[in-house]
Amino acid sequence: MAGRSGTVETMDASVPAPPPPSTAADTDLVIAGQVVGSRLILGTGGMTSPQSLRDALIESGAAMATVAMRRVDPTTPHSLVDLLGELRIQVLPNTAGCFTASDAILTAKLAREAFSTDWVKLEVIGDEATLLPDTVELVAAAEELVDDGFVVLPYCGDDPVAARRLEQAGCAAVMPLGSPIGSGLGIRNPHNIALIVEQATVPVVLDAGVGTASDVCVAMELGCDAVLVASAITRAHQPPLMARAMREAVSAGRAARNAGRITRRFHAHASSSFDGMADL
Amino acid sequence: MTGMTEVTVNGTPWTGPPGTTLGDLVAEWCASPRGIAVARNGDVVPKSSWDATRIIGGDRIEIVTAAAGG
Repeated sequence: MAGRSGTVETMDASVPAPPPPSTAADTDLVIAGQVVGSRLILGTGGMTSPQSLRDALIESGAAMATVAMRRVDPTTPHSLVDLLGELRIQVLPNTAGCFTASDAILTAKLAREAFSTDWVKLEVIGDEATLLPDTVELVAAAEELVDDGFVVLPYCGDDPVAARRLEQAGCAAVMPLGSPIGSGLGIRNPHNIALIVEQATVPVVLDAGVGTASDVCVAMELGCDAVLVASAITRAHQPPLMARAMREAVSAGRAARNAGRITRRFHAHASSSFDGMADL
Repeated sequence: MTGMTEVTVNGTPWTGPPGTTLGDLVAEWCASPRGIAVARNGDVVPKSSWDATRIIGGDRIEIVTAAAGG
């Protein structure tokens, strides 16, 4: 696969700078042939009030938001899907909480039935403390769901080999973590994210670990095609304001990526010419 | 309770008259069937089959919907 070799932001100043960027207008995010109207995808978990969630969804400009599949609560009206429908935000069901491929597959099938969507954010967790993905179960689940016609967006580690295996399994995107879910630790291994971006021929969505807007900016500067943010918005003191910040961070990071950053230098490089200096 | 059908719905014992269908159960448990999915003994039952599917004693039935989640 050609990937995106040569366009990756390098961490090492000895590596050549990226080629000149295109001056054409930015392209749309396209996943599985469908234009997704925003490069910021929201997770809905962790919000303290329905009004905050609504306001944050609006401020984020998100076109897609994740939901979990849980037992109905007869005492609670099913307002989440209605809210997303009202805001014209695509429902992206996840398989959060699943620890085996078989549980994740059944959950994906329930979601397809409930929401009439083939799209699924595939999560197969391998460890309760860190919520890190179980790559073996993840790839197995991805292969079966792809065969069954699902558009699979897998939450995976920041492991370029795992990302490649998921892409080879037919996933429509790969969603590497920046750091553990809900940790707010940002992108712990930016070089691995850059490697994943370099090789991927499907969209790369940075998922998990974002703590604040600068993390989102870095993800986009590294070349990620989109970012999924949940806790960093829903658990912020002012979720709608943080949602706005994330939206602007996606925009700024994307523009910076497209603009082509300067090469890192060990020493200074004067921006003012010494030519014509007065003899003082 | 002779003749009644005992099943488990979302982990809770539930008893209903013979002939109860999944459609009946969903109507009892949910304000609306919108955004709802049902699994019976680990298999998804399509909405189109709810009204034709009668519960059988011992069935494990899960009725799920969207919840806030990352």
